[in-house]
Amino acid sequence: MEMLLSGNESVARGIYEHGGEFASAYPGTPSTEILETIARFFKDDVYAEWSTNEKVAVEAAVGASYGGARSVAAMKHVGLNVAADPLMTLSYTGVGAGLIIISADDPSLHSSQNEQDNRYYGKFASIPIIEPSDSQEAKDFIKYAFEMSEEFDTPVILRLTTRVSHSKGVVKIGERRTVEHEGFQKNIEKYVMVPSNAIKRHKIVIERLERLKEYAESTPLNTIEMNDAEVGIISGSIAYQYAKEAMPNASFLKLGLGYPLPMKKIREFASKVKRLFVVEELEPFYEEQIAAAGIAVEGKKYFPGFLELNVNRVRDGFVEAGVLDRPKTTVAFQREEVLPRPPVLCPGCPHRGVAMALRKLKVYTTGDIGCYTLAALPPLEQIDTCLCMGASIGHAFGIEKAGKTDKKTVAMIGDSTFLHSGITSLASVVYNKGTQTTIIVDNRITAMTGGQYNPGTDKTLMGEETHAIDLEQLCKALGVKHVRKVDPYDLETTTAVLREEIDRDEASVVITTRPCMLFPRKIKDKPYEVKLDACIACGACFRVGCPAIYASDEKNEKGKPKAEIDPVLCTGCSLCAQVCPTDAIVVAE
Amino acid sequence: MPNDKTTNILIVGVGGQGVILASEMLSEVARVMGLDVKKSEVHGMSQRGGVVTSHVRFGKKIYSPLIPEGDADVILAFELAEALRWLYFLKPDGTVIVNKQKLAPPITTTGNFTYPEDPEGKLLEKVPGSKIVDTFSITKKLGNPRLVNTILLGVLSNAIELEEDKWLDVIEARAPKGTGELNKKAFLEGRAIK
Repeated sequence: MEMLLSGNESVARGIYEHGGEFASAYPGTPSTEILETIARFFKDDVYAEWSTNEKVAVEAAVGASYGGARSVAAMKHVGLNVAADPLMTLSYTGVGAGLIIISADDPSLHSSQNEQDNRYYGKFASIPIIEPSDSQEAKDFIKYAFEMSEEFDTPVILRLTTRVSHSKGVVKIGERRTVEHEGFQKNIEKYVMVPSNAIKRHKIVIERLERLKEYAESTPLNTIEMNDAEVGIISGSIAYQYAKEAMPNASFLKLGLGYPLPMKKIREFASKVKRLFVVEELEPFYEEQIAAAGIAVEGKKYFPGFLELNVNRVRDGFVEAGVLDRPKTTVAFQREEVLPRPPVLCPGCPHRGVAMALRKLKVYTTGDIGCYTLAALPPLEQIDTCLCMGASIGHAFGIEKAGKTDKKTVAMIGDSTFLHSGITSLASVVYNKGTQTTIIVDNRITAMTGGQYNPGTDKTLMGEETHAIDLEQLCKALGVKHVRKVDPYDLETTTAVLREEIDRDEASVVITTRPCMLFPRKIKDKPYEVKLDACIACGACFRVGCPAIYASDEKNEKGKPKAEIDPVLCTGCSLCAQVCPTDAIVVAE
Repeated sequence: MPNDKTTNILIVGVGGQGVILASEMLSEVARVMGLDVKKSEVHGMSQRGGVVTSHVRFGKKIYSPLIPEGDADVILAFELAEALRWLYFLKPDGTVIVNKQKLAPPITTTGNFTYPEDPEGKLLEKVPGSKIVDTFSITKKLGNPRLVNTILLGVLSNAIELEEDKWLDVIEARAPKGTGELNKKAFLEGRAIK
């Protein structure tokens, strides 16, 4: 049977078909749908959970692997930074049953704060990397990953990219096959990484890498397609698909195993072609290793190391290299500057009221990873930093301790992000006598990635009822004496409470109480409308930055447009009505 | 459209308009007809009212999931400014099908950006045969505003050779619960526009 599946759905299917029993993840674009697919279709056979963060996800998957279950932990590229601590030493202990760490990289940072190339983690930790280039491979390579993990006693990194994860292709479906493994086996030398044991394990890692290099020479994951010998191309992942389309007549060495490289095979391939190119997205990961082995190779000179590649960019590179004629058909239409359409906070988003209150209070806001980062864009412009998960709290603390900033600084962090990596920072603030206000914008969901449950919600990924962490009690337990809750739809009270807490000379936390307007269910109250005869076109509601408010064709005497509200988009949050000086915005009749 | 040739359809619009579901349906019709299919779009941050594009490619064998610039047979736009934005993907003799709708982003209320003047005129000047589809009058007639994507797929179906009954089967299967018949009707309304 065949189905049209995304790379992420295919990975989930592969985990199911190849005997996976345990899957953990923290949501992150472009990886999120892997666990969602498992929970939706395969939960009778494969346990699936949202872990508190990526480090926890990896540690739990490692435990499941030690305990005899074929396991995976999935995350976006920057998530692997969070999980790097267990990863590096996991290389030493090896595994029980097969263990795959999935890293979904995001070239062109469609939904990320950087475009780091996680293939380096494989080299860094001496762990093999498998790189599928389409949906079929995303499913099929899971088999190799589990088998390699068990045969070589190593975790395996499955490295995806946005265009592999989020492209759909036709996939042949198979049946589930399970593999028997025993439960946890006591083995202190292997599993207890104290120096005396770890020293021995490091030697084993080095020997294992040598055996993996031999395996790389013969694995069916690496394939040679001899064609015209003028141009030889080494490529893997999605870049292979672009190169294949751009240079259909060239010879290819396609790498499904991205690390370690099959250097003998590469040398042999190089000897058969006139010019050897590497086409890879982001960093010159293959190219540097091949060049270091003394093989003449060209790559980044023609195929830039930033942003994702595509057929046009690859074609341009080969034209520049002088091995491809410039295509005769030129592009018929020029790229045109059309007004930008940046992503915006949804109508009725509970984060908006907080940003408006902070704008009024004229403070700096250190931000975090979540929808509220969108409040950095005009017209709100009330987020001043964004670095990584959990960073907002430490940022505000550091700015305060530096003592050179004229305005107060508050931290703004979401519920899921706070649980992910904000708790430890808040503990540090209290311990080190910080006086900042931390705002937990608690919308009861992990929203930016599409509405996933988290330990602050009362549901698990598999839909079971569970304990929801009480953020107020948690903050108090950390030693924050002043913890208050506010309704962010009530602008006046929100502003007053924030003012009091910001002025206070002690650490405080303000928790907002409105759920996300999209998840778990769409919020839609009676929409508001603008009484045009009362509207003076002052623009106050425009500065709310709500997508439901638009400029009317009707103008005031100075020619400035009045406002109108789209009743389909308006959720009835009333923030615009609260800032209207003439009470022209009222509930629609 | 001979089947050994690759057909490239770029579907564009704004988050929430139904671009992704339309591309799902189109891809599934091509798959049911036994063709190789790839489609690609970006999820996540950009979905919050931002630009949405979905690349759909089908034929004998598809490599890249992304359509090369200047290679789209059809641009199916759910919004007028988005048709202009993505026009550079169109082939010299390509087809433009566009929903007659203007969605001015909130950024226009800041006064720093303006929505393009006369986008229909601009489009017709560049691609004289552009099909500007008044989906609003059809959705009004059918009594449901959420049918824009199937109406546009109906118009698209005349530009590419995929079988009508396959279209109807897929729409039936993929339309939101209870709206199968209505969406098929909407598709046929679109298909009647020549």
